[in-house]
Amino acid sequence: MLRTTMTWRVAATTMAAGLLLTACGGTTSDEEEASDAAGGGCAVSLGFFGALTGDYAALGQNIKNGVQLAIDQYEGDCDVTLEEYDSQGSETAAPDLAKSAIDDDAVIGIVGPAFSGESAAAGPIFAQAGLPTITPSATAPTLAENGWETFFRMLGNDDTQGPAAAAYISDTIGSTSVFVMDDASEYGAGLAGIVEETLGDDVVGTDTIQLKADDFSSSVTKVTASGADTLFYGGYYPEAGRLIKQLRSGGFDGTFVTADGVKDPAYIEAGGSATEGTIITCPCVPPEDTPEFFDAYKQATGDVPGTYTAEGYDATNVFLAGIDDGALTREAMLEFVANFEGPGVTKEIAFDDKGEPTNVVVWAYKVEKGEIVADAEIPTS
Amino acid sequence: MDFLLDNFVALTVTGLSLGAIYALVALGYTLVYGVLQLINFAHSEVFMYGAFAATWTVYAMGGRAGASTGAVIGYLLAALVAAMAFSGLIALLLERVAYRRLRKQNAPRLIALISAIGASFALAELMGLRDKVADFLGLGETLRPYVRGARNSSGFPEIIDTTPLFTLGDYDVTNIDLLVITSALVMMLALDLFVARTRFGRGIRAVAQDPESASLMGVNSDRTVQLTFLLGGLMAGAAAVLYVVKIGSIRFDTGFLLGVKAFTAAVLGGIGNLRGALLGGFVLGLAENYGSALIGTEWRDVVAFTLLVVILLFRPTGLLGESLAKART
Repeated sequence: MLRTTMTWRVAATTMAAGLLLTACGGTTSDEEEASDAAGGGCAVSLGFFGALTGDYAALGQNIKNGVQLAIDQYEGDCDVTLEEYDSQGSETAAPDLAKSAIDDDAVIGIVGPAFSGESAAAGPIFAQAGLPTITPSATAPTLAENGWETFFRMLGNDDTQGPAAAAYISDTIGSTSVFVMDDASEYGAGLAGIVEETLGDDVVGTDTIQLKADDFSSSVTKVTASGADTLFYGGYYPEAGRLIKQLRSGGFDGTFVTADGVKDPAYIEAGGSATEGTIITCPCVPPEDTPEFFDAYKQATGDVPGTYTAEGYDATNVFLAGIDDGALTREAMLEFVANFEGPGVTKEIAFDDKGEPTNVVVWAYKVEKGEIVADAEIPTS
Repeated sequence: MDFLLDNFVALTVTGLSLGAIYALVALGYTLVYGVLQLINFAHSEVFMYGAFAATWTVYAMGGRAGASTGAVIGYLLAALVAAMAFSGLIALLLERVAYRRLRKQNAPRLIALISAIGASFALAELMGLRDKVADFLGLGETLRPYVRGARNSSGFPEIIDTTPLFTLGDYDVTNIDLLVITSALVMMLALDLFVARTRFGRGIRAVAQDPESASLMGVNSDRTVQLTFLLGGLMAGAAAVLYVVKIGSIRFDTGFLLGVKAFTAAVLGGIGNLRGALLGGFVLGLAENYGSALIGTEWRDVVAFTLLVVILLFRPTGLLGESLAKART
């Protein structure tokens, strides 16, 4: 017994010492960085706000890589550093992270927050501090209705994606019996609601599943019993993968249409061959349409850009253009972004008075041979 | 209401096949509770590890769509053996690491419960971080197909083509429905016979009834407890294979919700009662499907748990109520 206690004491002491050492090490290098930065002409920071770890990390990493590339390519007079605010996609963690971002005076612009839920939670804090944010991926329409002057969006919201998905279902697929399903999330239910409303009488049935559910047998029965030849699902990829697999083995052979929350290779991993031929709408431009960015990204990372990587790159370049223009405070940056007009890799960038982009595109993607490939641009009215 | 009546057969068959999986997992909870009066909350992770073992085995054997019937049976048997072995191993490990010391020192049950919850998180996160673990061991490249996307769903190779076998009412019963329900029934029957007829089974029942007298009569209670965990693990392994065949993918955190459901099934049928676990699983699977049809799919879990509360109000010991110790042979 005595020996055990001793061993533990020794172990504890060693660990404590180790922690202390690490802590000291951390402080030193921080100071060094700070003095290095101060040596340059001017030093400012841009923040990335989104999930970098946790269940939704794939999406956040995609965006951050675009942000990083833009900063690496930047050749202006200022020292621009990237501050990462890893929210794990959580709404509850977002306010505190936002506070730590506004407390850092060097941060004059934020790319993010990545998701709609965390944007809703962090938005008021950024608005109060006057720190401009450009989200490359949050699509809930209500975000722009809060009167936050600091809110800007790099992509079309669900009020354009929803009708575009509905238009694709009616015009391209030519379906008049559609089943609409969602996952009760802020994003999924919102989008499915818009699709349902736009399709009107063509909707033959609706159902709501639960996040993290794994068995959908009763939903499958509802779909097959309704006789629908097309199904729209608003939600994220984990459930979508399982859902399409069970729909197919349950005898549903109609078209499966879903949206940007599903546009990730993990959807195909979970759904397997059942995902073949399914349609994914997304307010994002196919990477092949932005060859310069595509090549530069591939050269820098050895990988191909993911969903919203290009939007993250564009958002960062707006801020970098501001820094070059001498907008080195939050106030100046806010004004610069609000009046910005210029070319980006995804579109001609300009924002309206609510912070929405004036040019939006929605594309339909299709799963072919286990890859998500661009199908056609859907005209938006 | 019309929907429920029109699709009664479909909802019943799919509900039963889901219930069969709940029931197999529930057996693990019920066995351990019957012997130790301990709720092994980490049992859901035992199930999850088995599902991964099944997926990896079929993947490593190169199973893919379009395999011949003989090959499919081979894949499934290999997956079953691998999953049962792996789950059994994890269950034994769990008993050794998380419970045995506590049991020896007669620690309060509450402590064992906390230990179980801790073990559950540790096991789930270990699976969710397997890519990091592999990288750390320098095996990241070799094991890439098995560890990539560690926090996303891993798809089970599509070796079985769902085909309708025969029509019941107006529902086409598929090979998967039939496979899941019959295999679960066979496993359950085997376990029931094992506990009722064999010497080891008698030992389990004796320890459940009175551990002290049992050990005075020459039953090695440590062995018996290990055996109980092993049996629960084997059943969870079988459930895991049926799960990946039916659902098609597995994720590191799948165990949690399924564990809660299976535990519910065990309590519903009468915890500590093997046949109760079977009945509870089926009742729960059916209730979820009928409830979804009647009220709406988003109320699925509400229906299941309301049913639990109502049944426990009128029958506090569950549907069958009788404990493992008192089970007649």
